[in-house]
Amino acid sequence: MQNQEEINRLKNLVQDLLDESKKQGATSVEAGLSVDNGLSVTARLGEVETIEHHCDQSLGVTVYVGQKKGSASTNDFSKESIKETVKAACSIASFSSEDEYAGLPDKDRLATEFPELDRNHSWDIDAEAAIKIAVECEDAARSYHQEINNSEGASVNSHQGIQVLGNSLGFLQGYQSTRHSISCSVLGERDGDMQRDYWYSVSRKADQLESAKSVGIKAAERTISRLGARSLSTRQCPVLYSAEVASGLIGSLIGAISGGSLYRKSSFLLDALGTQILPEFIHIHEQPHLKMALGSSNYDAEGVATAARDIVTDGILQGYVLSSYSARKLGMKTTGNAGGVHNLVVDAGENDFTAMLKQLDTGLLVTELMGQGVNRVTGDYSRGASGFWVENGQIQYPVEEITIAGNLKDMYKNIVSVGNDIDYRGNVRTGSILIEQMSIAGE
Amino acid sequence: MLNQVKQSILTPYGMQEKDIDTIMDSMLSAPVDDADIYFQSSHFESWVLEGGIVKEGAHSIEKGAGVRVVSGEKTGFAYSDRIELSVLLAAAKNVKAIARQGQNVQRKVDVAANRTNYYQPINPLKSLADQEKINLLRKVDVETRKLDSRIEEVIVSLVGVDEQILVANQDGSLAADIRPLTRMSVSVILEENGKREQGSMGGGARTDYGYFLDQNKAIEYGKEAVRQAIVNLEAVDAPAGNMTVVLGPGWPGILLHEAIGHGLEGDFNRKGTSAFSNKVGQRVASELCTVVDDGTLQDRRGSLSIDDEGVPSENTVLIEKGILKGYMQDRMNARLMGVKSTGNGRRESYAHIPMPRMTNTYMLPGQHDPAEIVKSVKKGLYAKNFGGGQVDITSGKFVFSASEAYLIEDGKITRPVKGATLIGNGPEVLTKVSMVGNDLELDAGVGTCGKEGQSVPVGVGQPTIKIDGLTVGGTSV
Repeated sequence: MQNQEEINRLKNLVQDLLDESKKQGATSVEAGLSVDNGLSVTARLGEVETIEHHCDQSLGVTVYVGQKKGSASTNDFSKESIKETVKAACSIASFSSEDEYAGLPDKDRLATEFPELDRNHSWDIDAEAAIKIAVECEDAARSYHQEINNSEGASVNSHQGIQVLGNSLGFLQGYQSTRHSISCSVLGERDGDMQRDYWYSVSRKADQLESAKSVGIKAAERTISRLGARSLSTRQCPVLYSAEVASGLIGSLIGAISGGSLYRKSSFLLDALGTQILPEFIHIHEQPHLKMALGSSNYDAEGVATAARDIVTDGILQGYVLSSYSARKLGMKTTGNAGGVHNLVVDAGENDFTAMLKQLDTGLLVTELMGQGVNRVTGDYSRGASGFWVENGQIQYPVEEITIAGNLKDMYKNIVSVGNDIDYRGNVRTGSILIEQMSIAGE
Repeated sequence: MLNQVKQSILTPYGMQEKDIDTIMDSMLSAPVDDADIYFQSSHFESWVLEGGIVKEGAHSIEKGAGVRVVSGEKTGFAYSDRIELSVLLAAAKNVKAIARQGQNVQRKVDVAANRTNYYQPINPLKSLADQEKINLLRKVDVETRKLDSRIEEVIVSLVGVDEQILVANQDGSLAADIRPLTRMSVSVILEENGKREQGSMGGGARTDYGYFLDQNKAIEYGKEAVRQAIVNLEAVDAPAGNMTVVLGPGWPGILLHEAIGHGLEGDFNRKGTSAFSNKVGQRVASELCTVVDDGTLQDRRGSLSIDDEGVPSENTVLIEKGILKGYMQDRMNARLMGVKSTGNGRRESYAHIPMPRMTNTYMLPGQHDPAEIVKSVKKGLYAKNFGGGQVDITSGKFVFSASEAYLIEDGKITRPVKGATLIGNGPEVLTKVSMVGNDLELDAGVGTCGKEGQSVPVGVGQPTIKIDGLTVGGTSV
């Protein structure tokens, strides 16, 4: 149930910001605000460790004086503060340069329809009840196996917030949304080898979360599975990215076809529109209007309507990821992606995880990556990794202290298959991804 | 300083020092071990030049207060962006529910401990007129573009923060700090025959913008960024495998931050979750290695006159001649481990819980001439510049990514190789340090460290060092 009264109050505040900006000389203006209230509790070793009450708010304004731009933000919503914030933004605009591409989106691209996306499900939970869930979660992990001997705790988080966006073209919208999560991280030890792993579940609706017990057990299973990890010798071999790390591979792709990287020529996928960047069997869509999904939105960060679309069909790049500004710089039209993509879906293949392991046959299963190690200009890729060595489709032993390296352009083209073991927790929904060959460095 | 900060944080919102006592009394109505109220006001600005024009600037003002009660290993925490007695009393009521045990320490009025200020209480945002900031960005852009005809893009940014904090502890102490912070960076993209590469350089300090005008520092950042991009244009595939690695002085000290720094933070060691737990007094590095965390360096990005719990900063010896000496502590973990806080209690803002964090972490210089170190390597990697890093404090495995590196062949630095991630094991890596240079350098002042979602500015440094065996993650198998 949306708190319409509060949304309206905040919409009025944004309208005040817009009006004040006009009064102070802005020729056009965009303003937004967000408020967020939340509760986080952590239990460790069976007892409450922290209780945090969150209460955040901020408002921001971007003014255009002609083609000159300035931005300012504050967490003080008082009348005087709004005046000062607008003044600061206008002052910055007076010093910045004319930029012919700057400005609000084209009016005809602004969202006009606002179907219910089912993003708001309050969780009526107090600190005591949240602690009970966290303790249950951690207990499940700690009692899972005798080798689990320490814990970083289990946490329960519940957040509810309101976002409002408006501009001087008459756009003014607000909505309320929620986000709840349960997470757990435990340690295990075997013969002096200490390992840690975690698991989490996140949803807009509390009853859609995995059970506390299940989150705890998965965290424990993952920790136990890592005990006794060793390095590998340096080699080349096929690499299977588990679903939870495969989303990062797709994330790098999105970064490379994003307007900001393209107009700065800092992308390894320049001029790739209409070309084959992935194997023919790969299709990637953006689905901004999925009910209850974490990335869903009717409009982007500048109010432009979002729409379901194909980004990659038969491995061929169908469209970039653009805001109004980057689109103008490139002589194109915005794709409704100011602020990023909304629910990216990689079509699942036929293999479940076991079948993917079989297809890997002998090689490396990667379940965790470390460090940044991706050069977005050249696509050169080198990251720390841990996971499992696999032979004949069977997991043999855990591995760590190795790196995996290649070039993303080649890695994308050398994808052998995508699994149907989709991780639904993030903004990118993909199954595990098998790459034909990468360089492994180890002992 | 205390009065100045009270004037600027409390007075505008009609609060007085006695209101702090009222909130504290409310929190102390149940037995607790520690409690604090943290007020913060922060002004931030940034200016960005791109495509030859100053495209945008941003400005933000944030202020608020956080209240915290600690009881045993339990923490209750709440905050508000409204610095008002009624709001903060409500927050205090919320957090004291955590307190069911504790020492109920007597409040005593404590005269502010001796403290030294390691930076000037100045507002960097006001140190240059806005037009002068713009002129500086333009000058760097123009001078950088002159350096090479292959330059495709130059991005220059200037960031300044004027931060004031006021922290009241349950022992009755009240401490204030004014913390300037500035940062400038230049990144370039070069293109040659359809091949593109990037280079970037920046610096900063707890001082004003005059820092970047001094000795043409800003222009030098541009030169260095272009030099790195040119080197990378010529780079060949990096080697893969375990080999001898020589790390240059300065920023490569990120090795220390990742490999041992995080693992020596008090919270992980109290909980026994660090690969360094229970290792005080043991050898964790070769005897050539002495590593400190030093918040007392003048004007450095990671320096603090007092930490976010009001404790004066220290120069803490972490490893002395290879032996682990101690951990970095905040008040809570120090109390629970029966030691003193080392002044490492830091928080990103009033909206975050303090925890043990690094300040400036570096290795002291040794005896060797850096040229001699390179000469001693038959085949290996020389890494001069790095991007970020990461560590799993439990397994001890850490990575850091070289952005400028060369092969060493027969004692000579030869071809540049592409960036690669280096991976190692924290408790082991420093035991393989076989030579330490006499050329200690600190980084240029751009480091930001993330831990449990909180970011704080930090510094690193080291002399040239030689590591006999580290895994280099190139593609050339």
